[in-house]
Amino acid sequence: MAKSIDVSDLDIYYGDFLAVEGVTIPIAARSVTAFIGPSGCGKSTFLRSLNRMHEVIRGARVEGKVLIDGQDLYADDMDPVNVRRLIGMVFQRPNPFPTMSIAENVLAGQRLNSKRMKKKEADEIVERSLRSAGLWNEVKDRLDRPGSGLSGGQQQRLCIARAIATQPEVLLMDEPCSALDPISTSIIEDLIHELKTDYTIVIVTHNMQQAARVSDTTAFFNLAGVGQPGKLVEHGDTSTMFSNPADPATEAYIQGRFG
Amino acid sequence: MTSTQSPERRRTTPTRPGDRIFRGTSLAAALLILATLAGVAVFLTAEGIPGILASPDDVKHGTTFVDYVVPLVFGTLLAAVLALTMAVPLAIGVALFISHYAPRKLAAPLGYVIDLLAAVPSVVYGVWGISFLAPALVPLYRWLEENLGFIPLFAGPASATGRTILTASIVLAVMVLPVITAICREIFLQTPRLHEEAALALGATRWEMARLAIFPYARSGIISASMLGLGRALGETMAVAMVLSASGVVTFNLISSTNPSTIAANIALTFNEATGLTVNALIASGLVLFVITFGVNFAARAIVDRRKDFSGAN
Repeated sequence: MAKSIDVSDLDIYYGDFLAVEGVTIPIAARSVTAFIGPSGCGKSTFLRSLNRMHEVIRGARVEGKVLIDGQDLYADDMDPVNVRRLIGMVFQRPNPFPTMSIAENVLAGQRLNSKRMKKKEADEIVERSLRSAGLWNEVKDRLDRPGSGLSGGQQQRLCIARAIATQPEVLLMDEPCSALDPISTSIIEDLIHELKTDYTIVIVTHNMQQAARVSDTTAFFNLAGVGQPGKLVEHGDTSTMFSNPADPATEAYIQGRFG
Repeated sequence: MTSTQSPERRRTTPTRPGDRIFRGTSLAAALLILATLAGVAVFLTAEGIPGILASPDDVKHGTTFVDYVVPLVFGTLLAAVLALTMAVPLAIGVALFISHYAPRKLAAPLGYVIDLLAAVPSVVYGVWGISFLAPALVPLYRWLEENLGFIPLFAGPASATGRTILTASIVLAVMVLPVITAICREIFLQTPRLHEEAALALGATRWEMARLAIFPYARSGIISASMLGLGRALGETMAVAMVLSASGVVTFNLISSTNPSTIAANIALTFNEATGLTVNALIASGLVLFVITFGVNFAARAIVDRRKDFSGAN
């Protein structure tokens, strides 16, 4: 089910403001790609352009191409709703639906996509998704309790379960651990390792150690200057990027000598 | 070593004068509301009891109080419920349009216009209902009688003036619409961005996003707004008194010329000519309305509380 992504020469605008300029990057299927870079450099914006979530903001548009296994995400006949059904997303802060139970949260995407599910089928999806998200053993006795009653780390795993319940092609994660404690973070990092056998994962992180731990490929974004658009400086194999980056700015950022 | 404090010296937190003044005024305000409410309740009860106990010979309407008040209660509830069933879905739709669908240039003026509706005096609605809406609805009522007459609600015979309980309910619906819309709109706008994005990222369309993220979040607010609207519909006097041609019956026939009256309209129409125990009976009917309104509010609170765990407030 996992698919590769090919981005070529992508410019992202908010109205007239060019936020991200000229990104070209291939993202391999069944791998973890990490985006790193200072705040405001456009990595989250770029991530959101991969499932057209940036269009939530009025006036957002792109120029360039994003291909998922050759299929253009920004083709005229492509409905953003369908794009988001193909490409799941996990946000910075855990956001389970507070009015729904744990099981309903997991099934929320499923209920949108398909007509009617049999009870048995629904139960299977809930169990499979929660097991993949490593949450099943903790919540199996309280599936009908509200999702907002879980801890932050559990809520984030619930959101991952919700995102993978519909079996998307790609999973985007926007700083999924930045609101979590180190133990929850390590659980989620282990989870990312397991999930990459089935999904193409793209993760934005501010934590360089995290990028080094979880990703196969790393892409470094930077701003040319204040008021300038964000740019992809370089991308490559994570071990190469961390040991021997081509660009001096990357080296400075990775070694914490930035600015 | 630190010295242990003697038990009689209790630690007190210092209080600032500003805090004390604010605490005092807010407490006074809260107590004042309770006192006013209690005063109204005491007055209605004290003055109403003679009316409830009065024998049929001593009052103008010539029946026991229960026989007198039951059709009024029925009419009050019928008109209010009809008004709400029309107003609530429309208000939610309008509020959702303003908060999430309309382009910004249209949303703000539309909001103002809706708010303006709330500022129109009820007597104006009454005039509008009697001189425009009622005649305009006559053909519709004839059509309903001919084509849907098998449903008891539209059994007819259709009123020739159009001054039916359905007309009164439509006027009431227009009157409660702005209150419900304004509150719903504010609550819809407060839906956390996080939840909206969660829904969108799952591939929800805008309407599905409303169902997944906005409505559940706004549920208790929608109920509160509807209750405020219901309160206004139950108590509305002038517009109903002007529009409705009432004859004190109990009927679900919505389009005929014999209609149940409402408590508030009945008080307004008969109070001037009433004397003696008839006045007490009218006050007692006011007490009944008071109790109904109270009951409605408690019921609403109970509904909101029942799924507290899922409200998202925790």
